Amino acid sequence: MENYAIELKGVTKRFGSVVANNQVDLALKKGEILSILGENGSGKTTLMNMLSGIYYPDEGQILINGKEVSINCPKDAFDLGIGMIHQHFKLVDILTAAQNIILGLDGGMKLDMKKINQEIDALVSKYGFDLTPAEKIYNMSVSQKQIVEIVKVLYRGADILIFDEPTAVLTPQETERLFTVLKKMKLLGKSIIIITHKLNEVLEISDRVAVLRKGKCEGVVETKDATVESLTELMVGEKVELNIQRSDPKKPEKRIEMRGVTVRNSEGLSILKDISFVAKSGEILGIAGISGNGQKELLEAIAGIQKVDSGEILYYPPNSTTVEKLSEKTVREIQNLKISLSFVPEDRLGMGLVGSMDLADNMMIRSYRSGDSRFFTDRKTPRKLAKKIVDKLEVATPDINTPVRKLSGGNVQKILVGREIALNPDVLMVAYPVRGLDITSSYTIYNLLNEQKEKGVAVMCVGEDLDVLLQLCDRILVLCEGKISCIVNAKLTSKEEIGMYMTGARKAGV
Amino acid sequence: MSTNTKKISHKTLHLTKRDSIATWKAWVIRLIAVLLALIICAFVIVGITGENPLNVYSGIIDGAVGSKRRIWVTVRETVVLLLIGVGLMPAFKMRFWNLGAEGQILMGGAAAAALMIYAGNLPPVLLIILILIASACAGIIWGFLPAFFKAHFNTNESLFTLMLNYVAMQIITFLIVFWENPSGSNSVGIINSANKGGWFPKIFGSDYTLNIIIVVVVTVVMTVYMKYTKHGYEIAVVGESHNTANYAGINVKKVVVRTMLISAGICGIAGAVIVSGASHTISTSTAGGRGFTAIIVAWMANLNPLGMLLVSAFLVFMQQGAIQIASQYGLNENASDIITGIIIFFLIGCEFFIKYKVRVKKSEEDAA
Repeated sequence: MENYAIELKGVTKRFGSVVANNQVDLALKKGEILSILGENGSGKTTLMNMLSGIYYPDEGQILINGKEVSINCPKDAFDLGIGMIHQHFKLVDILTAAQNIILGLDGGMKLDMKKINQEIDALVSKYGFDLTPAEKIYNMSVSQKQIVEIVKVLYRGADILIFDEPTAVLTPQETERLFTVLKKMKLLGKSIIIITHKLNEVLEISDRVAVLRKGKCEGVVETKDATVESLTELMVGEKVELNIQRSDPKKPEKRIEMRGVTVRNSEGLSILKDISFVAKSGEILGIAGISGNGQKELLEAIAGIQKVDSGEILYYPPNSTTVEKLSEKTVREIQNLKISLSFVPEDRLGMGLVGSMDLADNMMIRSYRSGDSRFFTDRKTPRKLAKKIVDKLEVATPDINTPVRKLSGGNVQKILVGREIALNPDVLMVAYPVRGLDITSSYTIYNLLNEQKEKGVAVMCVGEDLDVLLQLCDRILVLCEGKISCIVNAKLTSKEEIGMYMTGARKAGV
Repeated sequence: MSTNTKKISHKTLHLTKRDSIATWKAWVIRLIAVLLALIICAFVIVGITGENPLNVYSGIIDGAVGSKRRIWVTVRETVVLLLIGVGLMPAFKMRFWNLGAEGQILMGGAAAAALMIYAGNLPPVLLIILILIASACAGIIWGFLPAFFKAHFNTNESLFTLMLNYVAMQIITFLIVFWENPSGSNSVGIINSANKGGWFPKIFGSDYTLNIIIVVVVTVVMTVYMKYTKHGYEIAVVGESHNTANYAGINVKKVVVRTMLISAGICGIAGAVIVSGASHTISTSTAGGRGFTAIIVAWMANLNPLGMLLVSAFLVFMQQGAIQIASQYGLNENASDIITGIIIFFLIGCEFFIKYKVRVKKSEEDAA
């Protein structure tokens, strides 16, 4: 009989009428790395949350080391040696690594930090981590924080480690380092599950792959027998073309120009420092960088939402010689100038849309002032628009009177992108346009962006998946700590090069 | 398999969020909640007073709708409460916690009383129009202060509006010194009891027809305002997220101030409806806690005007009933507050069962 660390038998979990997991059978062998692959909403995270005690299955059995168990709370999971490393770290910023690691553990009256530090150091050298126990969390980079999370669960004696999208926030170099650590842990006998939707990583790191689709396990395959195409087909349920057509920019003209723009936050720290660049019509300008390095502020400054401290933002209207200074205008003034500037912000339900309003009402967020009446809103046009977008982009919704927060992430994004493109923009800014979207929806969005580019729109796209940025964009601007570290031609660069610029390991011109 | 473990079964409760629930089912749950509440109340009544709870209940009904006059009082109080609830609605929709309705009512009432006292001889129609305008303005002044500071300095509007209630109360105490009648009584007494200057006139044989008309008009106008106008849309967006509002190019500060002025203005008019339309006098208890009760009204009805009407009617019904049972059985008026409290507790509690499904799950586990 084979030795399994975890066995799931017929596990089902429902939320209302939605079946998140349907009769899932899955097994994790001892000492292997198993990838769980699936699109957003396929039930990966729900499944893992049942292992870590956050949810309780409606039906089915969970066996740990061959013994049936009932995991009622996260503590039960710890006691069984299951440790989960969440996508969003759960660390206290002002405490040190060691303090975070022991947080919540039982202990005697006396806190023997010296002994704890020694134990942590022992773990660190055993697995070859790069970690100083006395360092404060707020001084750490994202990948160091992740290491703290890993050590935290190892310190608690976890034998089974579950990683939820561990590479989502890492640069290519950091990802490599994480994989080295994972391989080391595997050699030392740990069993590991990685939840992900990145196919390349699955092929690189795992021994076996389990593919989930719509809450069901579609099959478990040996990684050596799998290819990107075969896994995609399992994941999506049909063959998909994974190509982005990139045409050469036609007659590029200056649309937006930033000249030495500096933006400070409410505490006076500069978020953007001396930014100068040009965005041209008919091209897609990618904006890369580690999350939180000024991407959000850059787009918001152009949209007029973020106040600019110094420098200027200029807009060159098509077929005209006038120049508008956007940096001195409010959002309303920019709208009144008939500047067609569309913006898909990163925070869809916190900024781009209102979650509790229905589709039709969300259509008018940026255009509610139009209409014949001075006082009353025009509800007919937005309703028509909502219907059109639902049809054209195949939005899955009961009707257009549904509050948008009830829709899945992909459909929310389609509504938002659809609305902004319907404005017939001259400039289109999108932030993380495919975050949380399944493969088919992602390609729908890429095609929409390309369509806009070919219509002569100046497209700016903040993205996190470098593979996609490299395929989609014409030029890529890399931000690091609020400064432009380089602007490169997407055809002539590589993922590794951009990764170096992202971390500031390389500076422009060096 | 080792045999020295035995199975024990134990029950666990599992909650699942409902996707949706049929409207009739939701109402059945609410009805069950009210019935359960009445049963619990019966125990409380017997325990405290030893009275037959059915008698007490019929006393409440008698007090609220037992005679023509009582019905009219219940209606009068209901519409005032509804009016204040409608006043709070736009502010609450914007997530601006206006806890100062009490003060805004008092200021509106003071403006009405002042006009009645100093301009009681003006033509009645003109006087009543002036009273309505003046009371709205008085409320608006009381609402402008917290709104302005919220918009420009981000002060805490809950504290600000709450504290202004006490200021308003002190102003009324101060005014009573001037308006004392008869002197030495430390109260204003019935104003213009002879010529009824500034009193709402009898229309269709009732003293309270104008009260009802004003409330219905304001309620309808505000419902339309919130639902169909650009202003209403702005309020909804600002209430959901200031970020979205900025993104949409909405001037958040302006909307905050404007909306609060509307809210406070309506509460000021409520002051006039109370003073000119019902009590014809003013005292520190003119608002009588209605400014706070209306918060319950607004939220229990989820800011829906029709729901607010139902909740107001229920609360006033219980209040009027309380006065009756207090005299009939020599109970303290608080007895009815206990009953109202228990019913509200059950009504709010049952919303949980409308949102979630509860299942008892048996599970078997190894025990050492």
